[in-house]
Amino acid sequence: MSGTFLGMPSLPVFGIGNLHEHEPFPKAARRELGNTQLRANLGHATRTIRDKRLAVVSELPDWEELRDAGRAIKESVMARLPELLEQFEANFTARGGTIHWARDAGEANAIVADLIREQGADEVVKVKSMATQEIGLNEYLEEQGIAAFETDLAELIVQLDHDKPSHILVPAIHKNRSQVRDIFLREMEGVDPELTNEPARLAAAARAHLRRKFLSAKVAVSGANFALADSGTLAVVESEGNGRMCLTLPETLITVMGVEKLLPAWEDLEVFMQLLPRSSTGERMNPYTSLWTGVTPDDGPQNVHLVLLDNGRSAALADEMGRSALHCIRCSACMNVCPVYERTGGHAYGSTYPGPIGAILSPLLTGITAEENNSLPYASSLCGACYDACPVKINIPDILVHLRGEDVDSKRGKKKLPSQMDLGMKAASWALSSGKHLGLVEKALPLGRLAAGPDKKITKLPGIAAGWTQSRDIPAPPAQSFRQWWDKEHQAPAAPADATGPEAPGAGAPGTIETSNGSTGPKENP
Amino acid sequence: MRIALFATCIVDAMYPGTARATVAILERLGHEVIFPSGQACCGQMHVNSGYFKEALPVVANHVKAFEAEEYDVAVAPSGSCVASVKHQHPMVARRCGDSGLEARAAGVGDKTYELSQLLVDVLGVTDAAAQLGSYFPHRITYHPSCHGMRLLRLGDRQLDLLRSVAGIELAELPEAEQCCGFGGTFSMKNADVSSAMLEDKTANICGTGASLCTGGDASCLMHIGGGLSRQGSGVTTMHFAEILASTLEHPAAVTGDVRLTTGRTAR
Ligand code: SF4
Repeated sequence: MSGTFLGMPSLPVFGIGNLHEHEPFPKAARRELGNTQLRANLGHATRTIRDKRLAVVSELPDWEELRDAGRAIKESVMARLPELLEQFEANFTARGGTIHWARDAGEANAIVADLIREQGADEVVKVKSMATQEIGLNEYLEEQGIAAFETDLAELIVQLDHDKPSHILVPAIHKNRSQVRDIFLREMEGVDPELTNEPARLAAAARAHLRRKFLSAKVAVSGANFALADSGTLAVVESEGNGRMCLTLPETLITVMGVEKLLPAWEDLEVFMQLLPRSSTGERMNPYTSLWTGVTPDDGPQNVHLVLLDNGRSAALADEMGRSALHCIRCSACMNVCPVYERTGGHAYGSTYPGPIGAILSPLLTGITAEENNSLPYASSLCGACYDACPVKINIPDILVHLRGEDVDSKRGKKKLPSQMDLGMKAASWALSSGKHLGLVEKALPLGRLAAGPDKKITKLPGIAAGWTQSRDIPAPPAQSFRQWWDKEHQAPAAPADATGPEAPGAGAPGTIETSNGSTGPKENP
Repeated sequence: MRIALFATCIVDAMYPGTARATVAILERLGHEVIFPSGQACCGQMHVNSGYFKEALPVVANHVKAFEAEEYDVAVAPSGSCVASVKHQHPMVARRCGDSGLEARAAGVGDKTYELSQLLVDVLGVTDAAAQLGSYFPHRITYHPSCHGMRLLRLGDRQLDLLRSVAGIELAELPEAEQCCGFGGTFSMKNADVSSAMLEDKTANICGTGASLCTGGDASCLMHIGGGLSRQGSGVTTMHFAEILASTLEHPAAVTGDVRLTTGRTAR
């Protein structure tokens, strides 16, 4: 590894910027769940994209092979990232581009601001970019007196509303058309006061607004979806063509890209150009794919810069279990199928990266010991829908479980008092690590019946278990465990085969279910 | 065939009727069922909550208990517990640095089947009415639990078995593949989100007009049943093994409340 390679320091440098929660997920989720408009907007939007994705994915007979290929390419990139980055740097530079290495958000922001000032500019147009969102570039530039204008329609809506994106592909997914019209009327200069919420009218208003910016801006800032090591080429895929305006009109183009976006060669794009549009927008082909390789004299930007961002990626790469989170191509398929995301929306995750990928990527980039992020790995029921949807087969559930383990381990011995969860897990470990122990515990089941009372329901539990009885009852335990029944049946054949034990017929719970157990169960009906 | 039953801790302690039904079905097919007495739990609650160290003795116990007996295959009436035995046990052993246990756990995992997997793939049951005498004259709906569906790839095995029960009326559950929101300790740590997921699930179930919802995982059914109970819906939950075990002579009764506890029919 070369000594100038700032992206791969020997000690983990964790990411900073917009990667942190400001409050624990359950608390933020509770607030967002209370927003019924949000839930309706999200439910509708995610269902629509989900169905579209399923339809176009099922058209491809080799979808699974494509996913395997995508994963294999990404795995090989991670295995030789330093080498590929150096190759990319050499090619990019040879074609007239300039590379800047940024260890974290602070360094990246400063580099971009300096480059803009060098051009004597005080405003820039932007293509939608997760990386600049991650480092909080817009906010930083504003502090420096530089105005950054988002040109992606959804990103523009969010920016005009002084809000934050809540989805990586559809940043304004949480807003409906009427809300968008209101934002435009309030925030856009020179907008027609008669504006309606028709999509075409809204798009026209945005177009008029953006044209003025495109034609005046000297500097553009972009992200990149892919970077090809063998030619030094960068690629951006987008749906509206606004990105293409940014990439071609201004004199200076500054791209900020995470180091993991590399692909070895041009041919590898083939796989991702099939995987990405189908997974993200449910389209067969991407509407606008822009590729640029360095500087072409008298055509397009003459000043081409790339800021290669680490911001915790080396630390994530060092995590053997977690590193595949860096394979993510930001398609958002996992978000659109996630039942948790569908109900809470993206803001509850507190990070640039919401949903299932955010729940693993944010803590991996910032370190699980970063207090603000350690509730994220628990923000999943582990249903596995994200893993099934991911075009590069990132095993998100396994990484969630791994990070939970890291979280638990990082707290061991640090706290003065173990939590209720710690104590419960210890006790359960004892009870569940031997048939004898479990048998003893089952002897106490009648206590549960007592607690349940005559209606045979437990409706209130104490401590951390109270969350359960917030909306669910627990049935009274049976009079006899299976183990007790089995022992009676098989070790004391003289005893009557009575599956329900001491329970008197009249005392049975109304509505309990009698199971016919064939040769071994109770045969009588009282 | 000699079949070792893994009852799973929740079925053993809370839903013994599900395990008894499993025994009944297998014996009706002429197999010998044994119950390795050392067994307790698969440990997925510990693993899924990140308590690997605490999971290790649970995993080690399961491996030991199932190595202690001679049998052809092991079976559990729970997709998530089987997924845990197959996928999580070797992982826990590896993570805790016990490669010996890892190999032994993989050995036990290879012999362990989920009930519908065993019935369909190994024992060749395709017609429950004809082969098991299953009879269940009720309108039901079916929720395929996440772990069975996605980790074990059970496909329609449970549903196909249910379809072949005499007298049954199956109502399709809208958005069936959506998680019910249980997720073990998720239902406590993120109780609000879990409740929101559950509400949608129970609304879909009630919309089918079925008198009960069945599935292959006692924990999901406890979650769904607990919600249906709290809402006073009058809809109940029941494990598919109990439906398969139900016969004309000894029918499993559905009496309208929501408890899964199997016992005497009281009324
Ligand atoms: S994790 Fe997979 S599904 Fe989710 S955004 Fe990334 S590539 Fe898409």
